[in-house]
Amino acid sequence: MSELLKVPTMAEFMAQGKQPEVLFWVGCAGSFDDRAKKITKAFVKLLNKANVEFAVLGTEESCTGDPAKRSGNEFLFQMQAVTNIEVLNAYEVKKIVTACPHCFNTIKNEYPELGGQYEVMHHTQFLKTLLNEGRLTVEGGQFKGKRITFHDPCYLGRANNVYEAPRVLIQKLEAELVEMKNCRRNGLCCGAGGAQMFKEPEKGDKDVNVERTEQALDVKPEIIAAGCPFCNTMMTDGVKAKEKEADVAVMDIAELIANAQDL
Amino acid sequence: MHYLPNILFAIILIAGIGFFVKNIKKLSRNIKLGRDVDVSDNKSQRWKNMAMIALGQSKMVRRPIAGFLHVVVYIGFIIINMEVLEIIIDGIFGTHRIGLKVLPQSFYGFLIGAFEILAVLVFVSVILFWIRRNVIRLQRFWKSEMTSWPKNDGNNILYFEMVLMTLFLVMNATDIHFQNMNSGNAISQFIAPWFSGLSNTTLHFIERSAWWLHIIGILIFLNYLYFSKHLHILLAFPNTFYGKLQPKGQLDNLEAVTKEVKMMMDPNIDPFAAPAEGAEGEIPAKFGASDVQDLSWVQLLNAYTCTECGRCTSECPANQTGKKLSPRKIMMDTRDRLEEVGKNIDANKGEFKDDGKQLLDNYITREELWACTSCNACVEACPVSIDPLSIILDMRRYLVMEQSAAPTELNNMMTNIENNGAPWPYNQMDRLNWKNE
Repeated sequence: MSELLKVPTMAEFMAQGKQPEVLFWVGCAGSFDDRAKKITKAFVKLLNKANVEFAVLGTEESCTGDPAKRSGNEFLFQMQAVTNIEVLNAYEVKKIVTACPHCFNTIKNEYPELGGQYEVMHHTQFLKTLLNEGRLTVEGGQFKGKRITFHDPCYLGRANNVYEAPRVLIQKLEAELVEMKNCRRNGLCCGAGGAQMFKEPEKGDKDVNVERTEQALDVKPEIIAAGCPFCNTMMTDGVKAKEKEADVAVMDIAELIANAQDL
Repeated sequence: MHYLPNILFAIILIAGIGFFVKNIKKLSRNIKLGRDVDVSDNKSQRWKNMAMIALGQSKMVRRPIAGFLHVVVYIGFIIINMEVLEIIIDGIFGTHRIGLKVLPQSFYGFLIGAFEILAVLVFVSVILFWIRRNVIRLQRFWKSEMTSWPKNDGNNILYFEMVLMTLFLVMNATDIHFQNMNSGNAISQFIAPWFSGLSNTTLHFIERSAWWLHIIGILIFLNYLYFSKHLHILLAFPNTFYGKLQPKGQLDNLEAVTKEVKMMMDPNIDPFAAPAEGAEGEIPAKFGASDVQDLSWVQLLNAYTCTECGRCTSECPANQTGKKLSPRKIMMDTRDRLEEVGKNIDANKGEFKDDGKQLLDNYITREELWACTSCNACVEACPVSIDPLSIILDMRRYLVMEQSAAPTELNNMMTNIENNGAPWPYNQMDRLNWKNE
């Protein structure tokens, strides 16, 4: 399958004197994490299917600086930001889509002041637009009638008030969307934000991802849908900790849509 | 001799208000110890936020039970306090129920009747609040930062309100003239029989005592505010006005850092150039916050506004899973330290003398700061637009940029970003390898 993926880079577009419709910002997790790479590929398959002229930065992409900023290292963050902005501006990028809410939040909200003004979309928002424009069809396929609960990523939901796009897509799968006790603006964190992903948690009586997974399991889903590579990891670990991996899958919305069409 | 009560009243009133003004000045002085920050933008949105969140209580009612009871007490508080105007005029001029002389009797009766009904509703709500705190023992009122003073403070306020409402009703019930008028005694007519059989002189004495105690109680309550979490009844308004307008995920970019980064990235800059004129002797900005003076005045206003309801803490994922972090404690610690710094300044003739303490470590531990997931649940939960996350972030900034004291794993992560542009040790040149895997 993978040889069929069309993933042009900005440099290639530039060489042809063309501008893509949108830049796909893959992010560090999407580039390097084995689980997140599957999300990246699923999203690319959908972009290919919808004939979206997109490009990636490839080896010119670098961390947005989000985990550094949230750790308190404003220097490193701004160094990363300014470097990335230079690259993006050199390519005259106008529109960015990303499957990582952390990249989404940082580029959308924290880059403008440093000279990077772009229209930034989360991949669920972008997919919803494709759907509305009739460029992409979403069908239920294997997910028809499945119980799916959506875990709101903090950096998509509370941080940026995006609650609807992922839910609209799940409903388009003709799946049964069930909401957890804490959802939307009251959604509980998966435990990875604020650079927690990269360190051991402080002493406590439970891990945050286990708590959140328990909330998800309470509504007896067959699938826990996520919209963030870090949430995905945390929830997957949570499901394993509860020894439920045989019954419950953790999947990104892009994977759900791509798999439904056997892409 | 005839004017003695009037004079006494004026003295008490002036003393009560004067003491209050003095405390407000101190409060404002303390808040101004914070860094200056520009919040002059987007006035219309700010007014709207204040109207919706503070005046309209829009976030209070997200928890319906507490929200409903709070709205009752809040409306009662505002409306019943119109009565204070009459009390003050009567007190100064020695009149009795001046409202009756200037308003039609039916309208006056309507007003007082409404006050009486509200007084009962407030009384009941306050009792329910007390039960929630002390009998049901809602978890958030019993967290570890709720030591004896915060607990007593919460109860004191409820007792104050119970007493004030009781005095108001007793005052009306024992006012013979008012009861005979039989208009506006919606509730007090049912209390009046408890005092039947007492002589008119005794009734008059009880009425006067209740009247005096009521106004004195209000003045004491007014002056209690500064020492209490109850300041929110005033500060909720400016606090929601100055609250954050950007998306919650947007954290501020430190300007001092931007300057340095721009300099580092500028190929035309001479690294050995002498500092620009006037820049000499300029103290380089401290990065982040280790003490209250490093925080912005809005963050300090946040601390005084916090009424310790604990909604933030009850929504905090770290706190829910047994970590030490409690956003409410961050706000309480900030206020306590700010008060300490304020007292230090008072004791040292207007100048802060180093007391060997600071907000970091002496109040807020590193363990608390590193437990935060920056998920903004606390910010979302606060009914008065307090932002505990911004304080946590500023203190992390101090730890990382001034002390290089991040946890080892985070240092590794940051080294990776510096060296290869990702939080993990992968080569940037491999970033597109997924395409062919």
